[in-house]
Amino acid sequence: MSSTTATNSPTTVREPMLPSTYRVLRREQETADTVTLTLERDGEALAAACEPGQFNMLYAFGVGEVPISVSAASDVGEPLVHTIRSVGKTSAALARLKPGQSLGVRGPFGNVWPLDDYEGHDIVVIAGGIGLAPLRPVVRRVLERRASFGHLVVLYGARHPSELLYLEELERWRASPDTTLGITVDRTTGVEWMGPVGIVPRLLARARFDPIETGLFLCGPEVMIEPCVREALTRKLPLEQVHVSLERNMHCAIGLCGHCQFGPHFICRDGPVFAYPDVESLLRVREL
Amino acid sequence: MWIADVEFLEALVAGLRQRGFRVVAPVERDDAIVYDEIRSAQELPRGVGDEQGPGRYRLVERGDSARFGFSVGPHTWKRFLFPARTTLFSATLEDEQLRFEPAVLPEQRYAFLGVRACELRAIALQDRVLIGSGHADAHYAALRAAAFLIAVQCGQAASTCFCASAGDGPRATDGFDLALTELLDAGEPRYLVEVGTDRGREVLESLPHADASEADRGAARAASEAAARQMRELPAESLHGVLASVREHARWDDVAERCLGCGNCTLVCPTCFCSKIEDSSELSAKRAERVRSWDSCFSFEYSHLHGGDVRTSTRSRYRQWLTHKLDTWHDQFGSSGCVGCGRCIAWCPVGIDLTEEVRVLCDKDAAAAAPVEGDV
Repeated sequence: MSSTTATNSPTTVREPMLPSTYRVLRREQETADTVTLTLERDGEALAAACEPGQFNMLYAFGVGEVPISVSAASDVGEPLVHTIRSVGKTSAALARLKPGQSLGVRGPFGNVWPLDDYEGHDIVVIAGGIGLAPLRPVVRRVLERRASFGHLVVLYGARHPSELLYLEELERWRASPDTTLGITVDRTTGVEWMGPVGIVPRLLARARFDPIETGLFLCGPEVMIEPCVREALTRKLPLEQVHVSLERNMHCAIGLCGHCQFGPHFICRDGPVFAYPDVESLLRVREL
Repeated sequence: MWIADVEFLEALVAGLRQRGFRVVAPVERDDAIVYDEIRSAQELPRGVGDEQGPGRYRLVERGDSARFGFSVGPHTWKRFLFPARTTLFSATLEDEQLRFEPAVLPEQRYAFLGVRACELRAIALQDRVLIGSGHADAHYAALRAAAFLIAVQCGQAASTCFCASAGDGPRATDGFDLALTELLDAGEPRYLVEVGTDRGREVLESLPHADASEADRGAARAASEAAARQMRELPAESLHGVLASVREHARWDDVAERCLGCGNCTLVCPTCFCSKIEDSSELSAKRAERVRSWDSCFSFEYSHLHGGDVRTSTRSRYRQWLTHKLDTWHDQFGSSGCVGCGRCIAWCPVGIDLTEEVRVLCDKDAAAAAPVEGDV
């Protein structure tokens, strides 16, 4: 048995833990603590395609590695786009990178937002804070394939107007056909703010969509999920049409390190996108 | 089946060493039976047994010449196949050129002498996780492919053993190259030999042995029957869906009152596979390294997110460990993650007994009752 079990070729199995070298092509400062990096692969090899919902492990030389969602879809050979909020030593090191500087990339990992399942349906996108980054490719894809979908609703909550991402793009979305954009903030200290103040679910209560034929995609702080789902239920949206992206500590991204377990799931492998009914009972358990 | 005298052990060790194997076997050190490389069968313990209980491990004199007269100790074979620290790659950054150099894969060829049935099962479980679930771990796969496994059938059970209810113990039936059953007659022991693989047969054929008599086979069966008499048990071989249904049970609070959160259970567990990645750089900031090391779901950092640690309470960390081991492991890998070796019971500094916790958690009558007092 010992000789027959372990026959995998080492040359193919070691690769998932070995980063490839990428270089910062462009750096856009989104907010005080958040940047969007466009990354191109060094050398001859082509960058792998990244789908909306997937993530890469980004390695800051000698500092560490963190999972970061793609904030734009990319085809084979195209640059990768990641929006990074500086919250720890590794993300801070990544956010400091300047054009021309190098980093390591492993990926992409994880599953995708099931947008294709909702062709012809209305699409509701709900984002909290940095949660807009993994959802931006969903919005972009709907707008690119505008005739394939019904009404598009984008609801976005941030703590403060100064923390809003993608300001110019938000305005383009607002001006897009058959699109509703709702933005709310928790507080407005020091700025003039004409929009709503409060939590995102309130926006959902007023949003226009056909509950039976709608796909709802949600990413934000975990405390945001339940109130949004409750509001969706009030609107008679079937819960299997709600999809959430979850986050846990992650070291390997290939289901071997154990860190990202969420009940039976490895978030890196089985997620990060889950149909809400698959995680509903787990989300109710404190400190799972 | 074949029968061999005690000299067989010396010839076996020498033969394996001639074939290029590093022979690792139980040895007595620091008042415990641990696994380390041996050069001669003389280094095996002789007449040493053990007494184990919750939070208790003692070596005792058996008064015979058994070489394998003990149950499992604090070490597991995981320390050789999945070392506590493994360098995965080095990286250099010079003139904005970032280069990665994968670590050289290990070339050691280990021969493990004295692998118990529960440990064979544990190795099979680690194979499933580290080789057979999508992305394989190259370092583990290399060490595992080269390893030669010589099982030793248990002739006794420690009070902490529960392999008969957790798996298919106590008799190893496959997964070994050779298997020995120690027959303790007066004087020196003899060994009943079973062959599991072709390369096991090849090794055996080069060593002195004879056909086993029916009496020898009967003695081996009797030894396994003795090992099957175990004091502890799990309520069912599969607890799939059972522990996940009692995540709010009062017993989790109760065990959290006793649990120190030290992680000993995860370190002595032969199937725990969690690891962490640590990146570091030299002071020159030109060369960096990535090291993977064992991690434990009992550490705070294990569940760290930028908003804070997810599992801040001991209750939630113990619940994660036990529920994963016995329940959600089924969802992930198609079986339980527990082999019933009992190490987590013996090496828990406060003597928490997994089988007792499970018994209470699965007891539907007790679920409605008030929290049970600790039984340490």
